[in-house]
Amino acid sequence: MAKVKDLDMVSSSAKVKLGASDIIVRGVGYLVTSLYALACIFPFLVILGSSFTSESYLNLHGVQLIPGDFSTEAYRAVIKSGLIWKSYIVTIILTAVGTGIGLSVIAMTGYALQRRDFPFRNGISFYIYFTSLFSAGLAPYYLIMTQVYKLKDSYLAVLLPLLMSPWLVILMKNFVKSIPHEITESGKIDGAGDMKIFTDLILPMLKPALATIGLFLALGYWNEWYQSSLFLSSRIDVKPLQYMLYETVNKTDALKNTVAGQYVVITDIPSNTVKMATAMLATGPIVLLYPFVQKYFISGITVGAVKG
Amino acid sequence: MADLKETTVPAAEAQAATKTAPVVLAPKKRRGFFQTVWKYKTLTLMCVPAIVFFFLFSYVPLPGIYVAFVKYNYQKGIFGSKFIGLQNFEFLATSGKLWSLTRNTILYNIAFILLGNLFAVFMAILLNEIRSKVFKKVSQTMMFLPYFISHVLIGVLVFNFLNYDTGFVNTILVKMGLERWQPYADASCWPVILVLIYLWQQSGYNSVVYFAAIMGIDGEIIEASRVDGANAFQKIRYIILPSLRPTIVILLLFALGGIVKGNFGLFYNIIGTNPLLYDTTDIIETFVYRASMTDFNFSTASAVGLYQSVIGFVIVMTVNFIVKKIEPDYSLF
Repeated sequence: MAKVKDLDMVSSSAKVKLGASDIIVRGVGYLVTSLYALACIFPFLVILGSSFTSESYLNLHGVQLIPGDFSTEAYRAVIKSGLIWKSYIVTIILTAVGTGIGLSVIAMTGYALQRRDFPFRNGISFYIYFTSLFSAGLAPYYLIMTQVYKLKDSYLAVLLPLLMSPWLVILMKNFVKSIPHEITESGKIDGAGDMKIFTDLILPMLKPALATIGLFLALGYWNEWYQSSLFLSSRIDVKPLQYMLYETVNKTDALKNTVAGQYVVITDIPSNTVKMATAMLATGPIVLLYPFVQKYFISGITVGAVKG
Repeated sequence: MADLKETTVPAAEAQAATKTAPVVLAPKKRRGFFQTVWKYKTLTLMCVPAIVFFFLFSYVPLPGIYVAFVKYNYQKGIFGSKFIGLQNFEFLATSGKLWSLTRNTILYNIAFILLGNLFAVFMAILLNEIRSKVFKKVSQTMMFLPYFISHVLIGVLVFNFLNYDTGFVNTILVKMGLERWQPYADASCWPVILVLIYLWQQSGYNSVVYFAAIMGIDGEIIEASRVDGANAFQKIRYIILPSLRPTIVILLLFALGGIVKGNFGLFYNIIGTNPLLYDTTDIIETFVYRASMTDFNFSTASAVGLYQSVIGFVIVMTVNFIVKKIEPDYSLF
């Protein structure tokens, strides 16, 4: 298992005198890292700043990091319409239910496929892996989902397809691999069944794996807009959060497409500041939470990076 | 190489260990399939939900590929529509559409893969030079932000930076007394913009793998080189870069395996349905999406999708063959 701490460990050389080259490289290191890190959050800060201004000021002066006129009118408008809270509830339910189910199934599968005495493990592994090698593509998938499964305008069309992916199953397998086989053996000697071995002995040791894969699943659900755009039509009032944002910002598609100067005024188009405020509110929880979970994320990247 | 494995693929260690450990297996007996299923019923049952899932969402749609060979009629369904053979493909090939989509998809991916890995290695080496733990932690957290946000938000950010009237870039240009820039009406600038956005979004993520590989380099080697009088540039050139080489090669090869798969979320949320920009920004995924969801032309969409799947499959198989030759441990199957 990747010890996340290892990443923080500086190749702790004893204090040696720094040569000129060390100072240059280190200086460039600090400088470029700072610049890149700032560039990563800068666009976000600009939109955050601009979301706190009035529409009239924005239209006159454009998007600025610190606008000259502070106003919460956009946020008040978004909150007053109330739609965003309904989207929040839908997204939270989808995320919780999807992550819970997905995680349980992935963990069970990952364990069974890593058991050396399980004769079907190679066959099933390939069956799962093959789906990432060759897929039917969007059109057949869409037709089957809507005409055979009848999932048009159903939240299930968003919930189900995101439950798992070959990559996440492989990632779980890689995590399980690091648990010594002797643990399963000792459980067998004590007379425990496979399910009991899994729930009582293996699962507790898989906590970091569950956190990592749970994080990827939850992130997938939270940021989901694609399945929604395929399957949820205007007949569904409350869309998952990111698709709600997508619809809000794309109501100006007409504006975006016209060459400047040829604007058509359509009244129910949300104002620019309202779009920004919606964007900030839809993203807020992620931005507040991710610094606390990123260590699991790092372990996921390093464990799952190379080997299938 | 040994160092690398311990860090990037720690699981490989466990695998090596289990290979040498005595394997306790039931004595081999010839059994029927159903007897085997019964003997391993719990383990089999544990896999059933996943088997059903991939069957429903990945295998059932496969026969639907037939829609690429028909003139799709909504009333008659996929298998009731008129069979027209390869006409859908012929139309796409002769109109030049297939070529321009393939070209765009592949060129973007080549730029993403090469520049993405180059920049990731560069950032990983620089991160390794940072001694302050707090600084490292904070900067890494900041670098991850673009990866955690949705593509929809990225579309919002880009639009508010680049649009003609209120965009951040134009706000600054106007302040400096320069003319406004109009990227949403100019297809030629998007390859550069999209590559920059990709680097912005992915480099924090990509650099982690390389950073972990650098952490895995034996500290004593670096120490010894220092005693021998190597300077910081020599350390990077002769120790760090060579030990990253296997990781770089493997990651590049795997990325090449996906070279005909486009990043739909990124392109669609940034470009959307702006025909002015299609010349340089329309990739296979965006075309298939519009063909299905806007034009309801499922036969054309499926033809392009099938073409993509077949080419992708051939490329992955080739790449896997090559990886197997170079480094069998890393091959996919």
